[in-house]
Amino acid sequence: MPNMSKEKHPMPSQAPEVRNQNFLEVALGYTEEVAVEEAKRCLDCKNPFCVSGCPVHIQIPHFIREVAAGNFEAAYQVINKDSSLPAVCGRVCPQESQCEGKCIRGMRGDPVGIGRLERFVADWHNAHSTEKAEKPACNGHKVAVIGSGPSGLTCAGDLARKGYDVTIFEALHLAGGVLVYGIPEFRLPKSIVQQEIDKLQDMGVKVETNVVIGRTITIDELMGEYGFEAVFIGSGAGLPKFMNIPGENLKGVYSANEFLTRINLMKAYLPDSDTPIQKGKKVAVVGGGNVAMDAARCAKRLGADVTIIYRRTEAELPARREEVEHAMEEGIVFHFLTNPLSISGNDGWVSSIRCQKMTLGEPDASGRRRPVPVEGSEEDLEMDCVIMALGTSPNPLIKSTTQGLDTQKWGGIIVEEETGRTSRENVYAGGDAVTGAATVILAMGAGKTAASAIDAKLRGQEMP
Amino acid sequence: MNEIIRKKQLNPSVTLMEVAAPLVAKKAEPGQFIILRVDEKGERIPLTVADYDREKGTITIIFQIVGATTEKLNHLEEGDYIHDFVGPLGRATHTEGLKKVAVVGGGVGCAIAYPVTKKLFEQGAEVHAIVGFRNQELVILEKEFETHSSRLVRMSDDGSWGQKGLVTDALRQLIESGEKYDEVITIGPLIMMKFVCQLTKQYGIKTVASMNPIMVDGTGMCGGCRLTVGGVTRFACVDGPEFDGHEIDFDEAMARGTTYRDFERRAREETCNLFREAK
Ligand SMILES: Cc1cc2nc3c(=O)[nH]c(=O)nc-3n(C[C@H](O)[C@H](O)[C@H](O)COP(=O)(O)OP(=O)(O)OC[C@H]3O[C@@H](n4cnc5c(N)ncnc54)[C@H](O)[C@@H]3O)c2cc1C
Ligand SMILES: Cc1cc2nc3c(=O)[nH]c(=O)nc-3n(C[C@H](O)[C@H](O)[C@H](O)COP(=O)(O)OP(=O)(O)OC[C@H]3O[C@@H](n4cnc5c(N)ncnc54)[C@H](O)[C@@H]3O)c2cc1C
Ligand code: SF4
Ligand code: SF4
Ligand code: FES
Repeated sequence: MPNMSKEKHPMPSQAPEVRNQNFLEVALGYTEEVAVEEAKRCLDCKNPFCVSGCPVHIQIPHFIREVAAGNFEAAYQVINKDSSLPAVCGRVCPQESQCEGKCIRGMRGDPVGIGRLERFVADWHNAHSTEKAEKPACNGHKVAVIGSGPSGLTCAGDLARKGYDVTIFEALHLAGGVLVYGIPEFRLPKSIVQQEIDKLQDMGVKVETNVVIGRTITIDELMGEYGFEAVFIGSGAGLPKFMNIPGENLKGVYSANEFLTRINLMKAYLPDSDTPIQKGKKVAVVGGGNVAMDAARCAKRLGADVTIIYRRTEAELPARREEVEHAMEEGIVFHFLTNPLSISGNDGWVSSIRCQKMTLGEPDASGRRRPVPVEGSEEDLEMDCVIMALGTSPNPLIKSTTQGLDTQKWGGIIVEEETGRTSRENVYAGGDAVTGAATVILAMGAGKTAASAIDAKLRGQEMP
Repeated sequence: MNEIIRKKQLNPSVTLMEVAAPLVAKKAEPGQFIILRVDEKGERIPLTVADYDREKGTITIIFQIVGATTEKLNHLEEGDYIHDFVGPLGRATHTEGLKKVAVVGGGVGCAIAYPVTKKLFEQGAEVHAIVGFRNQELVILEKEFETHSSRLVRMSDDGSWGQKGLVTDALRQLIESGEKYDEVITIGPLIMMKFVCQLTKQYGIKTVASMNPIMVDGTGMCGGCRLTVGGVTRFACVDGPEFDGHEIDFDEAMARGTTYRDFERRAREETCNLFREAK
């Protein structure tokens, strides 16, 4: 008999006024008992809509059935068939618009806490599993993976499992992509990402950090003198956008990427880090996505009063719902329907930001109602730090150093959707480098797709 | 991890290190730079490729001890390892087709000016190197410039080395004496480059300045290295580090360069104390 409670079991969390002063994980995870109870809310639908909402089609009712029966390891194995990063996706997927958004229980009351259960199962596995990932027998084929974000890690893992000799090349000194340099510790502990990377290394994947493809080595060299038969490009969309408004280059104006990189990758919030970060007293974050929420909540934890400036309304915020709620609970102020016009300075440092009120007009190409300025509504907000979280686009470095690699005008690499194949023979791509800034689960899915396409192609070559 | 093969003190505050980095050495060109981290908790700092040896697989860096990181780096010895070393980053200096060039370097900027001077000289261009230091004690790479330029003009603020005066004085004299340069390349303190560019603008000589803003990743991901060039925002690590000197907003660059001054001062003091205690 299912548990018919309308409410999802709440996630045990650090209290808002405590957590907004530390960088420890906010959500603490379900206990075994709570997980089993939450799992019992699932109706085990014959036609499970939830699965259609998950980009990688995890067999949700199946894994939840195992959780309800207390078979946590079996549940993990079900998830593992479709996802290689459940501890990450359970934490960061926008469940409300994916799996949980489609769950039948959501019609009356809360949907089943699919993400929380997925996280529980993955954490349980990581804590209890003693088996070391095995190193599969090598099939002798070499594949190079560029970038160590979710797309690259997944592609590398899938290929390694099939026996390929895989090397990941990462530009930064640490592997993990946005999972380590962007998403903060309090949302995704870095030890979880490291665990995934350790597993890959146990399987024989080589991780070469401090190698910038296009500079240190080009794709042509990888496929020539280095002898890689195929290359997967998972280089992400790391190039930050600015608004090009006056004052944007004053001291105290950061791109969210720089602010978050200093904090997450360089650990500037720890006293023993050599990397500096400006600890503003009054910080404005411009934007409404996950990146904006993360930057705002980091600034809060460094001791600032933080205001998010977003040009549409709360309903249009593209961030995960849970992060918006967490941000509000932590005392972050939201100025909706507001758009920056310019930033003023004093002595070279930011002193205020001039904003204009907006209203929502007709829907634009994206289907969202377009913000229209309200004349005469300008106001100045006093600030000593401004963080621009306006989105990012793919870095042109690989495109500009690889002949014959076709990209969209905005920089996205053009691929065949079913395979991830690019315009260059045996070069595949996926994740944000193809789609522009998207989600972890989509990047992971693209890594999987490319891995099976690469496998088919290389085996095809061997056995014509 | 990259081993330090050779270390040499060039003057009391400038050190040369030759570092084993075969992949970087294979590709490096004058004008490019590397980013290093001294240790696990270290900051990422950019340093120019001062020289490279493709056969030996080494990169030479020359750095001035200005803060905590360069202080720590200077405490490493031959046989020690640098934790992270990535490159070559940035675009190489454009030298093709240049027949006559003035390279104007100041202070530790001369370490960056030297590889370009050498490359131009080796490809047969007439190169006038105008190098300036505050005083004789700070002079670096004198012999190297002497053997790799068609003409070397030595300048010092106090007259203790070469002529007394600024590099801009020397450059003006050369231009006024009728020297016709295809291009001027300038590398050194921002304020020096600003005045070099103002001068060459008067004479309509194309000028390239090598910029050294604060950087983090060096791959175009953070935007911390942004500059305004010709009214447009450019990222020095991927679009540069060299830009048209007549288009650069030097005043903005100078302001941005001081963002972490207080933090840096404290960090350096702490590091110095640490090393003092260790002794
Ligand atoms: C702050 C922030 C918060 C986010 N929050 C969420 C969230 O809550 N939920 C969600 O689903 N998604 C979120 N996202 C989006 C998600 O993180 C990305 O969509 C995802 O990481 C993309 O994965 P990827 O593998 O394509 O690339 P990335 O994760 O961007 O990794 C690319 C890697 O390639 C490396 N690289 C780039 N160029 C080169 C080169 N030339 N040579 C070698 N290496 C190179 C980069 O250094 C990087 O490590 C967030 C993004 C950010 C920035
Ligand atoms: C492309 C490029 C090439 C460079 N090449 C050389 C070189 O060949 N030799 C050399 O001695 N120096 C070079 N620099 C400058 C060098 O990076 C800084 O001196 C170094 O980062 C200082 O670190 P620190 O911790 O010792 O000092 P800090 O205490 O951090 O700073 C001391 C001074 O250095 C400046 N500075 C701090 N961090 C950076 C940074 N990340 N980038 C640039 N400036 C910074 C500060 O504004 C301050 O004036 C270069 C910089 C760039 C951007
Ligand atoms: S991967 Fe994401 S979308 Fe799929 S079931 Fe898990 S949380 Fe939901
Ligand atoms: S739609 Fe909801 S109730 Fe139905 S199987 Fe999926 S999670 Fe369970
Ligand atoms: S150093 Fe980060 S973009 Fe240039």
